[in-house]
Amino acid sequence: MAEFLRAYLTVAVFAGAAGLLVALLSTLGWAVRPSRPSRQKSIAYESGVDPAGTDFGQSQVRYYIFALLFVLFDVEAVYIFPWALRLEGYGVFGLVEMGVFIVILALGLVYAWRKGVLRWV
Amino acid sequence: MTGDPLFADGFDWVVLAILVAKAVIGFTIVVVGVIFMIWFERKVVADMQNRIGPNRAGRWGLGQTLADGIKLIFKEDLKPDRADKPVFRLAPYLSVVPAFLTFTIVPIGGVFTGGNDGGVELFGRRTWMQVADPPVGVLFLLAMSSIAVYGIMLAGWSSGSKYPLLGSVRATAQMVSYEAALGLSVVAVVLLSGSLSTHDIVAAQAGSIFDWNVIATAAVPFVVFCVAATAELNRPPFDLVEAEQELVGGFHTEYSSIRFGMFYLAEFMNTITMSAIIVTLFLGGPAGPVLFGPPLIWGTLWFTLKLLVFLFIFVWLRATLPRYRYDQLMDLGWKRLIPLSLGWLLVIGAISIGRDAGWNRPLTLVGAFSLGVISWAALIGAMRVAKLRRGGDEFGELSTATERVG
Repeated sequence: MAEFLRAYLTVAVFAGAAGLLVALLSTLGWAVRPSRPSRQKSIAYESGVDPAGTDFGQSQVRYYIFALLFVLFDVEAVYIFPWALRLEGYGVFGLVEMGVFIVILALGLVYAWRKGVLRWV
Repeated sequence: MTGDPLFADGFDWVVLAILVAKAVIGFTIVVVGVIFMIWFERKVVADMQNRIGPNRAGRWGLGQTLADGIKLIFKEDLKPDRADKPVFRLAPYLSVVPAFLTFTIVPIGGVFTGGNDGGVELFGRRTWMQVADPPVGVLFLLAMSSIAVYGIMLAGWSSGSKYPLLGSVRATAQMVSYEAALGLSVVAVVLLSGSLSTHDIVAAQAGSIFDWNVIATAAVPFVVFCVAATAELNRPPFDLVEAEQELVGGFHTEYSSIRFGMFYLAEFMNTITMSAIIVTLFLGGPAGPVLFGPPLIWGTLWFTLKLLVFLFIFVWLRATLPRYRYDQLMDLGWKRLIPLSLGWLLVIGAISIGRDAGWNRPLTLVGAFSLGVISWAALIGAMRVAKLRRGGDEFGELSTATERVG
């Protein structure tokens, strides 16, 4: 096993332990809790009145726009992290290069801002 | 840039035993920490609101969390008949497991000064005092907070009910927005340390207090990170996800019994790990003066003290600040924090390049800052002009907004 992967072995053990804890508690709960199902109990909660409409509601488009913008900045992060690690090697060239990159991305944000996408309506 | 020396030469049963021991110790710390954190939060909030708080279960109410847990285990588990059952069952796992995993990259002690590399001897092997030290520690942190979004999103969506759905889409938009700010503010730390590994980041801050990243990066990334972390944790004043007055319980409205307990657990666990991450990235982790006795103990002690300060601050925020409105929240994230951290990143980059190249230091500082101010002013000016051209005034946005909705 490569040394690179061994560092994640502990993470895997930890994840297993965490998953086990959840499973254990759930099983314990399943073993000891009472179960007296009734029609009323399985109705979706809507402040006490009968639920209206269909099962899965639709949410507004504005949430989706923030997801799109997030992709922009997450991809940006993919480029910025390696750059930050090797900045000393690149020197002034790296700084100017990243300056240009960030300005272009900032233009994207300004465009979104100008278009009123960031405005919560 | 070596990684944990535990894995450097060969892999045998001793290494495996140490590995499992570390996982068990870390696990215990998190679980015990969470039990005390819930008690601590309730007690401190009670004090701030002039109440007594839990005082029945055990001395000073210390057993309150256990009592609540036992109660939740014995509660009937209700699932709405419209729920997507498998996903409904899966969501607590997706919430709890990343909360645990973030803690793996936190160094909880170790001596980093005087030529030491922060390692401790354990059964004749050297290892770091952290559960794991992946070479991409900081990215691991960001990845885990991304996965936590899935837990909340799926929990709300699979409930087949309106309040949870609204709570979860809100949560997703909020966490995703602030994750961008979170990631960009960490870059400044990475830039100074030259490494993504949390062990190396702590080692780079080991000298004096002026090496701590909160001072070395001039506090701006620290503030951005703290605000973004609070939003990422869905804690007040950014707890719109579970705004009781609007959404009942938010994404976990339909959860009951121990399944609800899981989300509760994950929330407090995240608070602890995020405070630990803030201490690690910005406040030197276990760095601090050694007064007497073995330095190893002082490292862990300083780390715990700093951690407690942040835990208290999170509780304090909850007790004092009113909740943000959703548009204010989004404005703060996208229009303030992200441009600020992007600009600051360039300033920090310019300063560090300038130091390497031997430029005139005050000149570099003044140049970088004035460039930052000029671009900020240009940005604000452009927005102002654009708004004027549209013929809107301060309230122009509001009227178009109502038109759009109508």
